[in-house]
Amino acid sequence: MSQSLRPILLFAAMAAALLAVGFGQGWPVMLVILNLCLISAVMSVGLNMQWGYAGLFNAGVMAFVAVGGMVAVLISEPPVMVGWEAGGARILVAGVMVATFSGLIYALRRFISRRWIKNWGTAALLVAAYFIIRPVFEGGVTAVESIAAASAGNLGGLGLNILVSWVVAAVVCMGVAWVIGRIALGLRADYLAIATLGISEIVVAVAKNEEWLTRGVKNITSLKRAPVPRETNLQQAEWFQNLVSTLSGTNPGDADFKTTVIEASSIFVKLCFTGLFTIVLGIVLFLAIRALNSPWGRMMRAIRDNDVAASAMGKNVVRRHREVFIVGAAILGVSGAMLTTLDGQFTPTGYQPLRYTFLIWVMVIVGGSGNNLGAVLGGFVIWFFWIEAEVAAQWISVNMEKVLTPYLDVVLISLGEGSLKVQHGVTWLKNAAPHFRYLLMGMVLLLALRFSPRGLIPEAGAARAH
Amino acid sequence: MTDLLNALVLMLNFVIIPATSYGAQLALGALGVTLVYGILRFGNFAHGDTMAFGTMFTIFFTWLFQGLGLSLGVLPTALLALPFGIGVTALYAISIDRLVYRHYRVKRSAPVILTIASVGVMFVTNSVVRFLIGTNEQRFSDGQKFIIKARDFKEWSGLSEGMKLKTTEALTVVVAGIAVAALFWFLQRTRMGKAMRAYSDNEDLALLSGINPERVVMVTWIITAALATLAGVLFGLDKSFKPFTYFQLLLPIFAAAILGGVGNPLGAIAGGFVVAFSEVMVTYPYKKFLKYVMPENLEPSGLMQLLTVDYKFAVSFIILVAVLLIKPTGLFSGKVIRA
Amino acid sequence: MSFLVGENIFGGYGGADILHGCTVSVEKGEIAVIVGPNGAGKSTAMKALLGMLTVREGAVRLNGNDITHLSPQDRVSEGMAFVPQTNNVFAGMTVQENLEMGAYLRRDDITETMEQIYSLFPILGEKRRQMAGELSGGQRQQVAVGRALMTKPSVLMLDEPTAGVSPIVMDELFDRILEVRATGIAVLMVEQNARQALEIADRGYVLVQGENKYTDTGAALLADPDVRKSFLGG
Repeated sequence: MSQSLRPILLFAAMAAALLAVGFGQGWPVMLVILNLCLISAVMSVGLNMQWGYAGLFNAGVMAFVAVGGMVAVLISEPPVMVGWEAGGARILVAGVMVATFSGLIYALRRFISRRWIKNWGTAALLVAAYFIIRPVFEGGVTAVESIAAASAGNLGGLGLNILVSWVVAAVVCMGVAWVIGRIALGLRADYLAIATLGISEIVVAVAKNEEWLTRGVKNITSLKRAPVPRETNLQQAEWFQNLVSTLSGTNPGDADFKTTVIEASSIFVKLCFTGLFTIVLGIVLFLAIRALNSPWGRMMRAIRDNDVAASAMGKNVVRRHREVFIVGAAILGVSGAMLTTLDGQFTPTGYQPLRYTFLIWVMVIVGGSGNNLGAVLGGFVIWFFWIEAEVAAQWISVNMEKVLTPYLDVVLISLGEGSLKVQHGVTWLKNAAPHFRYLLMGMVLLLALRFSPRGLIPEAGAARAH
Repeated sequence: MTDLLNALVLMLNFVIIPATSYGAQLALGALGVTLVYGILRFGNFAHGDTMAFGTMFTIFFTWLFQGLGLSLGVLPTALLALPFGIGVTALYAISIDRLVYRHYRVKRSAPVILTIASVGVMFVTNSVVRFLIGTNEQRFSDGQKFIIKARDFKEWSGLSEGMKLKTTEALTVVVAGIAVAALFWFLQRTRMGKAMRAYSDNEDLALLSGINPERVVMVTWIITAALATLAGVLFGLDKSFKPFTYFQLLLPIFAAAILGGVGNPLGAIAGGFVVAFSEVMVTYPYKKFLKYVMPENLEPSGLMQLLTVDYKFAVSFIILVAVLLIKPTGLFSGKVIRA
Repeated sequence: MSFLVGENIFGGYGGADILHGCTVSVEKGEIAVIVGPNGAGKSTAMKALLGMLTVREGAVRLNGNDITHLSPQDRVSEGMAFVPQTNNVFAGMTVQENLEMGAYLRRDDITETMEQIYSLFPILGEKRRQMAGELSGGQRQQVAVGRALMTKPSVLMLDEPTAGVSPIVMDELFDRILEVRATGIAVLMVEQNARQALEIADRGYVLVQGENKYTDTGAALLADPDVRKSFLGG
């Protein structure tokens, strides 16, 4: 198969699969999958910059996605004025103090060369910062969280359009990535992996526990998601009813008109998201491809393939790695903000590393490390299978139950819930079905890595021998 | 004087005893990670889930033995099940090596590729555990719960603070001690153990000396599986078994291994205890303790807790960051297995 | 027929050939030395004898048996011992453990061999409990040779044993190698210090671009004006 034909055929097959879902399971289901495919593709392109361009093992994709989600909340939520009055000032002061101490530490590490002064000074400043800032901060937090705890108990956000957060998320994630990069780049590849894994656990812990910021496990629901309208508003809108009436040929008086409008509004909203996400993916992809083919991208790949030779030629490997790590993190942050926008809510407990870090890895590896179109395809394919695998598993288990029950009335020793219980094999199978997709993804990753290490759409001209 | 004694008992009860047993659990986990680092030269992301796998099978055998009416009296039945759990896990680890890792070893792939492969293994192992035992919490400790009960201690000592010692805590330390002693004896004194160290030290020269790499790798996986199962079972007995918690143990375990110097078993043990003590000490509320040791008018008002338990991962992370910034080779400069 | 022969060997590391019909042989109780300019394929020739590269044409025979297709490990168990140029000790293990690892394939009692090595290299006996990585360069080379001798080999091959050691240490090492020869072992060396090496050599091979340029006794090569002019610096 020729180089240029292969991607086209693969994307066509993907489109066909999505269309099949549309006809089989209905268009709303298909659009839900498509929207998340688009977000997954953005994530995958971001991670591909880090891994595919530069060979950096980021095991903390979830950190950037969650930061993006938090930023979406903090930008779009209206400010909770009572919260601000109660403790906002103290929290702000604490923030300023954190910034001051960070500046001091940075200056110390920057301008003093004696190693022991640097390290002990940093430690001393950190301890001092902790004991000085904490009381200020805690007072503020207690005050904020005690105000209207059931409905708010937080500071809220800036009340801006949530689209603003897509940009801000990128900037914030760049900052986070800069810090991680300072610490863990230039060491062994798996040290970066562990450091990023740690950051992601901490970010999620912050999202769960800092109620003044995110309401924690109390969740933030019904985020404003302008410019995309809400379904309920649409259903009331006259222009929309007219549109539905024209398109479907039913009239406001008809019996099933209401259900048609409801269904149409759901599709319309999803289409709006599809449009927005497609634009973002287009921009990200365009920039990523431009970057890859620029001198910067070529140098990055040269470093990846032989960092010893590259550093011998005077390339600053660590610096280049930091740049690409930051850029990739920015893209991941955007995807996180997009995801929260789509969900319309922020639920910290939803951030699971298998789903938000390692699944993205499967996307990149399967799609084609180092190839942006490959990453996009990987995002689509893996998300599609991730969703459909569960459907398939349910279907299989239900049908197996139908088929097996009359013939196979044998019992299986159940292995769950506290003791060895005797249970129908089919019941066990039904309970196990939801976990099927983890097995599938693991197998897909292992098989791709083994038998197709360059992915569905391999990197052009790369002779990487894994 | 009584105040000081009370303060000491408080520390023993809430910091030193729990941190010691937690430290022993982390040390066993970190030993497994560090062995794989030293011999196979990659960071094994599947280690947490291997621990869960081994614990799960030990739980199954425990239930089986409980069903058959077997027990160890005051000790948990899980001890009886442990060898069987280890056996199944070792078989699993060896099969995974044959099916997954050996290919990359033969090709001499970069370590990071093996690490990614371990992510795939993590997914698979994780789903096997979910399939077989589900995602819920399991408690499988039986036998006598306490060696020293807090109330008995109070009556005996006349202090207002009680001290308890759980059977599982004492068991953890004893079993971990035996395991570590056996491991060091093996590495230090046996032909195979020395071959493992030699292979870790200088692979090419080991091959020239006629050491069979596949044998070394197989023994490494058996030991790793045993250590992972031990760590997982002791942790599960002491606290409880929940698959996701075991995945989360990866961070403190890797922090311990890196702190001790990757590939250095002694370092891994030290690292395990440093991480455990830091975690417990940083998240312990010192209010009561300070009440005992400070003059009456200086009593603290808050909980005097440096960090809430929700952020215990931050402790491992901060330790990790400090090591990476200050001495990336770790306290005991690792890279090869030195016993 | 010599004890170990590599005959008319063509081969390399998978790419283009490095050896172009090179022939090297050594007899028991003899020292053979391979010298030549940089890039002449000296180390490659030795690695060909050990089976560490693809031999495309030609044959390697040990004691009359064709071993061309044996793996390096199998050749070790056939009685060949090799001391690499670098990374030739287990740095994190004691001197004694290094020797034990050398004898890994042996199932019989190794204490006698170990005592022989300690009497050959007395310094190793003194430092038997020290980590090999903590020793000086010359001592480390002795550990490396000692480790190789633990298999009771019939052939000892050394890849530039004196690289990076001081002249005094070099002389001492060569003395030890002469003692090794005296035990009836065939010794094959690759050497940068051509003049000194040829002085103790029974046979010398001057390799240029993977081919034998001159082959003679060590003394004869040292006396040959062409060899002196081109390879020994006058």
